Amino acid sequence: MNDSTAKNLALSHMWVAFIAFILACFMGEYQVLERSGLFEILTSPTVYYASVSTHGVLMAFVLTTFFIMGFGYYVASTSLNVPIWNKQLAWGGFALALLGTVLAAIPLLTGLASVLYTFYPPIQAHFAFYLGATLLIVGSWIWCGIMIMMFIQWKQANPGEPVPLAMFATTMNALLWLWTSAGVAMESLFLIVPWSLGWTDTIDVGLARTLFAWTLHPIVYFWLIPAYTAFYVFVPKQAGSFLFSDELARAAFIVLVVFSLPIGFHHLYMDPEQAKGWKMLHGVGTFVVSIPTFMTGFTVIASLEIAGRLRGGKGLFGWIGSLQWTNTMVLSVILSLLMLIFGGFGGLVNASYAMNAMIHNTAWVPGHFHLIFAGTTVIMYFSIAYYLWPILTKKPLYSNNLALVQLWTWFIGMSMMTTPWHVLGLLGQPRRISSVVYNNLMTLSWKPYELMMILGGLILLGSACLFIYLLVKTQFSSTTEVFEGQVEYAEPLHAVKDLPEYLNDIKLWNKVIAVFMLISFGIPILQFFFLDTYDSSAWGY
Amino acid sequence: MHIDPLEKKWAQIVLAICALFVVIIMTDALFHSVNAPSNVETIDSAKLHLSEEFAEDNLGTQIDADGNITVRMVAGRYSFFPKKISVPAETKLTFRWVSIDVLHGVHIPMTNMSTMIVPGFVAQIETSFPKPGEYPVLCNEYCGLGHDHMWSKIDVVEKDQWIAPQLSSRGVENNE
Repeated sequence: MNDSTAKNLALSHMWVAFIAFILACFMGEYQVLERSGLFEILTSPTVYYASVSTHGVLMAFVLTTFFIMGFGYYVASTSLNVPIWNKQLAWGGFALALLGTVLAAIPLLTGLASVLYTFYPPIQAHFAFYLGATLLIVGSWIWCGIMIMMFIQWKQANPGEPVPLAMFATTMNALLWLWTSAGVAMESLFLIVPWSLGWTDTIDVGLARTLFAWTLHPIVYFWLIPAYTAFYVFVPKQAGSFLFSDELARAAFIVLVVFSLPIGFHHLYMDPEQAKGWKMLHGVGTFVVSIPTFMTGFTVIASLEIAGRLRGGKGLFGWIGSLQWTNTMVLSVILSLLMLIFGGFGGLVNASYAMNAMIHNTAWVPGHFHLIFAGTTVIMYFSIAYYLWPILTKKPLYSNNLALVQLWTWFIGMSMMTTPWHVLGLLGQPRRISSVVYNNLMTLSWKPYELMMILGGLILLGSACLFIYLLVKTQFSSTTEVFEGQVEYAEPLHAVKDLPEYLNDIKLWNKVIAVFMLISFGIPILQFFFLDTYDSSAWGY
Repeated sequence: MHIDPLEKKWAQIVLAICALFVVIIMTDALFHSVNAPSNVETIDSAKLHLSEEFAEDNLGTQIDADGNITVRMVAGRYSFFPKKISVPAETKLTFRWVSIDVLHGVHIPMTNMSTMIVPGFVAQIETSFPKPGEYPVLCNEYCGLGHDHMWSKIDVVEKDQWIAPQLSSRGVENNE
């Protein structure tokens, strides 16, 4: 099959993602240096907050969205073995998302949108920032539509057949993103855009925060699902093994998608505009959504154990040593799971309702999400790229050894940066400060941790540069050697037979999500229309 | 459809772990009243000075006839007002926070005195401080380019040494 369209789409999307990533990495290291206060010359809240805002948008919205779209196109085309449905539309979505990114980048880089990537009103940015972010989302909706169309068409052409797991996961992610982005899209269209254009004078801050919380949790699962997809469909094959269970993998994706949506209020635990009953309801849901992650950990480790034993590993833990540590996919999944264990533990603390007060908005929080996103998730983006680049460019990976070094240094750097960050949070340091000016003895205990973070950040920056270097050297090498490999999806240990329709379709789950969202967000949103709320006027920063 | 017996066992263990956590949290919330600040009480942030409760003279620590202590605080760029307050240790305190401008957050490190201060709402928290000492009161949500400088102080005094503010001198003392 000629899948050149899918290859070009994948490469174009992923290059945008990784260019955003490397720019943001430089900003990250600048930020950790600035914040330490060691370099007087760097001290500038104006530059710092412009940088943090850009870093957050590039990493959380641009890297992720473009990577997920590119990965999705290639997975759809190769797992279903069909060309991309409506490729003009796909390129249109790419162009729209790119236009949005550029439109948002201009005010961000010129300091006209230093509102951080959460852009909480009533602090107001230049309207081009909101418009750009909205276009990026609309562009990604086109991708969602194409994924769902390809899923439906394949099912019609292959009645009764199980949809390949990789495509099932990708389509569930498209469904998830449509639901997820609806919250921030409503906030943007009904509240923020009219207000930033001056059509409305004031904004309902409580409602805006509630709608943002709708998006704020499931968005991280949107970012995470490609990593989990690689866990299930690439890792077992690369490790020389089989997927322990195909059906349970589908169930895990379904529970992830369905339960990640109605639980956003754990971001509002400390907020006065929502009542405690709703917070508790969302809190219980937050614990439910940890279940598929526990199950994923089990299935992936079980698949790895089979691989280790097939390679001659003996004893209770002997199979770990006999895994193929020199395979980038295998190494990255091990490191990813390690970070997931610690990050997941931190997440359970965050989720624990009233206990959240101790760490809410402290340095613990960015420590947590860097570990679980930049660590667990992005390290899988790297190994997916190492896996796909030779296939997409038909050239062998420039250096497997350097790729292994890159993955190890990313893990070491991330551990060195996020461990002190968590500790700083427990020692009371708030997040989102550009310098420590509190005239208080407590702040003395923060210094050594800041130093360690600088070092961790430097290692991460070096690792990120190495990653880009490897992709460039691979793609633009003058070698005459042609890489012939194709994408190989893992085979399940037990062939999938008699798959119930609820594990093979998204329609039922779409309805379940609708009901859950109505229950968990219906009254909390409606309350703003029957409460006597007082809106805020716009404020600069 | 195939489910391995090991998977079933693991699923049961995971469910048990999650259930345990949820039961602990719910027990604390429902029977020991350990809750997140959630009073859903609206106020016009643009007219705080005209409100009875948050007029300048009424800010800070107040003790009513029944001995209940309420601390009323206004958050505004870039401090918490009054800038220095004093409360007794090991005593139930009710904090009521409002914002005069944008979104703020407040945390007294090493304590659970933490809440977002959302314009248009009063954030109320009941807590007590077991250990006397001078604590910083820190803003923990980005509120503008001067966010780093947004902090104030709270003196937690031994319970028997704490002197309730006198009505006559309150205005002077609290607005240094």
